[in-house]
Amino acid sequence: MMQARQRDSLFVASVKDSLGGALVAFALACVMVGLKVDVASGRGAELFLEHRWLAVAIAVALVFVVRLGMNMFFWKREDAPSLGLSGFLPKGGLGDGSTNLLKYGMLVLAVALPFALMYYLGSRGSRQYIDLAILVLTYVMLGWGLNIVVGLAGLLDLGYVAFYAVGAYSYALLAHYFGFSFWICLPLAGILAAFWGIILGFPVLRLRGDYLAIVTLAFGEIIRVVLLNWYEFTGGPDGLSGIPRPSFFGLEFTRGEGGFADFFGLKYNSIHRIIFLYYLIFIMAMFTNFVTMRLRRMPIGRAWEALREDEIACRALGINTTNTKLTAFALGAMFGGFAGSFFATRQGFISPESFTFLESAIILAIVVLGGLGSQVGVVIASIVMIGGFEMFREFEEYRMLVFGIIMVVIMVWKPRGLVSSRTPSVALSKNAKGISADLVQEGHG
Amino acid sequence: MSTWDNNPVLKVEHLTMRFGGLTAVGDLSFNVGRGDITALIGPNGAGKTTVFNCITGFYKPTEGRLVMNRSSGDKHLLERMADFKITADAKVARTFQNIRLFGGMTILENLMVAQHNPLMVASNWTIGGLLGLGGYKKSNVEAIETAKYWLERTDLIDRADVPAADLCYGDQRRLEIARAMCTGPELLCLDEPAAGLNPKESLELNTLLQFIRKEHGTSVLLIEHDMSVVMEISDHVVVLDYGVKISDGTPEFVKNDPHVIAAYLGVEDDEVEQVEEEVGIV
Ligand SMILES: Nc1ncnc2c1ncn2[C@@H]1O[C@H](COP(=O)(O)OP(=O)(O)OP(=O)(O)O)[C@@H](O)[C@H]1O
Ligand SMILES: [Mg+2]
Repeated sequence: MMQARQRDSLFVASVKDSLGGALVAFALACVMVGLKVDVASGRGAELFLEHRWLAVAIAVALVFVVRLGMNMFFWKREDAPSLGLSGFLPKGGLGDGSTNLLKYGMLVLAVALPFALMYYLGSRGSRQYIDLAILVLTYVMLGWGLNIVVGLAGLLDLGYVAFYAVGAYSYALLAHYFGFSFWICLPLAGILAAFWGIILGFPVLRLRGDYLAIVTLAFGEIIRVVLLNWYEFTGGPDGLSGIPRPSFFGLEFTRGEGGFADFFGLKYNSIHRIIFLYYLIFIMAMFTNFVTMRLRRMPIGRAWEALREDEIACRALGINTTNTKLTAFALGAMFGGFAGSFFATRQGFISPESFTFLESAIILAIVVLGGLGSQVGVVIASIVMIGGFEMFREFEEYRMLVFGIIMVVIMVWKPRGLVSSRTPSVALSKNAKGISADLVQEGHG
Repeated sequence: MSTWDNNPVLKVEHLTMRFGGLTAVGDLSFNVGRGDITALIGPNGAGKTTVFNCITGFYKPTEGRLVMNRSSGDKHLLERMADFKITADAKVARTFQNIRLFGGMTILENLMVAQHNPLMVASNWTIGGLLGLGGYKKSNVEAIETAKYWLERTDLIDRADVPAADLCYGDQRRLEIARAMCTGPELLCLDEPAAGLNPKESLELNTLLQFIRKEHGTSVLLIEHDMSVVMEISDHVVVLDYGVKISDGTPEFVKNDPHVIAAYLGVEDDEVEQVEEEVGIV
């Protein structure tokens, strides 16, 4: 009797809840699915409204049925089987020992990659893969740069792409107007980006959390809009083309006399430049990593992490939090600027379209998925995200869907990112353990 | 003239702090003697933490003056300084009523962060340290030694590589004191350091505070609710009630001050004797 009553009330409650859900779905679907504005073909370019009530009905029914099912069997039941997604996935993930192995494994792989590809696929077949590897490495570098700001200092920066753009345009414009070469522009682009980081950071870093995120987001858009509209200077939507390619210690990658191939007595092949670009970005990325890892062990790096943990305690210990935040911001921006000028020289053409908010979002997603503050995590996340993105090109729009699902799965499985343990920056004993991410704060701005 | 008025390390003069219409601290003046352990006591909401926040720059006082006399002879007007400068230059360190450690960092790292300023100088503001120049390596080793020293003093040395959030409550309290001491303060402000400690830990805390005062010459200003602790270790007691000073003197003097008894029993001054009789104190 009791059982039946309970069952009954469970059913009634579930139906009620599902009806509510269906109602919301109906309200949303009416406008979003039910009405469609279309251009009439044949009768000029007249607009007309199309109704799709069947689609609305399907959507509402789907919401009702699925919600009812979930209510009946999981949400409203006390003895619900624990269908956490985490149940299906391996626990633990990447531990301390395995990350170390992974790190060196990946390093060796990265160094050998172009030659391995050339050996197996020939210069024609491997080109596309080396190109992809360059793209992945660019995002690794950007991820590592942003990791300083978001992962270490705990400042949520949604406009990181702005510094990428500043770097790219610095190089393109300096080359365009002054004819500077890549190797002069690279440091200049980094310095300019860092400068913009400080300009932005100075008024903004007193904001915290959500406010900081919104302002950095706006800054990213402002830079893009300025680049788009300042036609005389930046070329606006047409972008800048004919950006000079980098040389190998003064040797151009050209056919004939005095080129790279000629100098080394090789047969000219366009793949040489691609491989050169690969190693260039590899070295730039490793430089970013090296500097970051070193800084983590220095007072400034510790202050960044302390800032992420507790800003008020930092101030009570005599740390100038404004300057500390500014250095993190400027340094992150500088690496973004380096990556930007690499991007410009690789593409040979840039336009504001390459620096939309989506880029910021992807870079941030890489950092978050990898595990805030984790360098190895950024690499894995870049390979998975960028590599996966390109690999599944044939699925077209569906890959966005799959991409979203993968993000959700990873966040359910490992809410703190793939590599979620923090290595202490200094230790007394030799075998100090990593710190579980549950204890580590994410920062509040 | 009491000893703490002769050579005060901190002079609080007419300190007033208002939050809108609420006067949390009103016209408060007292001196913290050099090398003394001074206790600031009072019922809940008396304004003790507010006084600390004014001294350490977290609040800007509405009125009044806070003069820090360094042993070097330098004078610092704390009410005009930014909070981080008060620790860095005026050498005033503090702990918090609700412990504020860097939970995701190890205990050793917590103490290294506290030595940020000297290490920054030693590393030439990171540049020298990054290039491996100068005496950064040596300073780094020295900083670790300082940290180890305080870890031994606070009995945390075995747990140096454990994240601070993993420590139990009493250990966290002691770590916060160790961290404050790593900034090399001349005045140490402790906000209820004995809160939530068991009697044994409370006793150890007393020993630690005595040691800090004796061996390092650091003056201590502490907020405390536990009267037995106050009476045992402090040289000088200041009593606040509703933001106003109601008593100031030696522990003996304060203990027998009818104003204090009244405030703690929550009655008017002239009713004290009557209430005491009722409760049976006398
Ligand atoms: N930032 C603030 N804004 C408004 N009012 C405040 C603020 N800080 C403190 N107060 C008020 O000032 C009064 C004194 O608070 P304070 O925290 O200094 O008391 P306390 O003596 O430390 O008490 P306790 O023993 O409970 O720690 C309280 O009434 C409190 O509400
Ligand atoms: Mg208090």
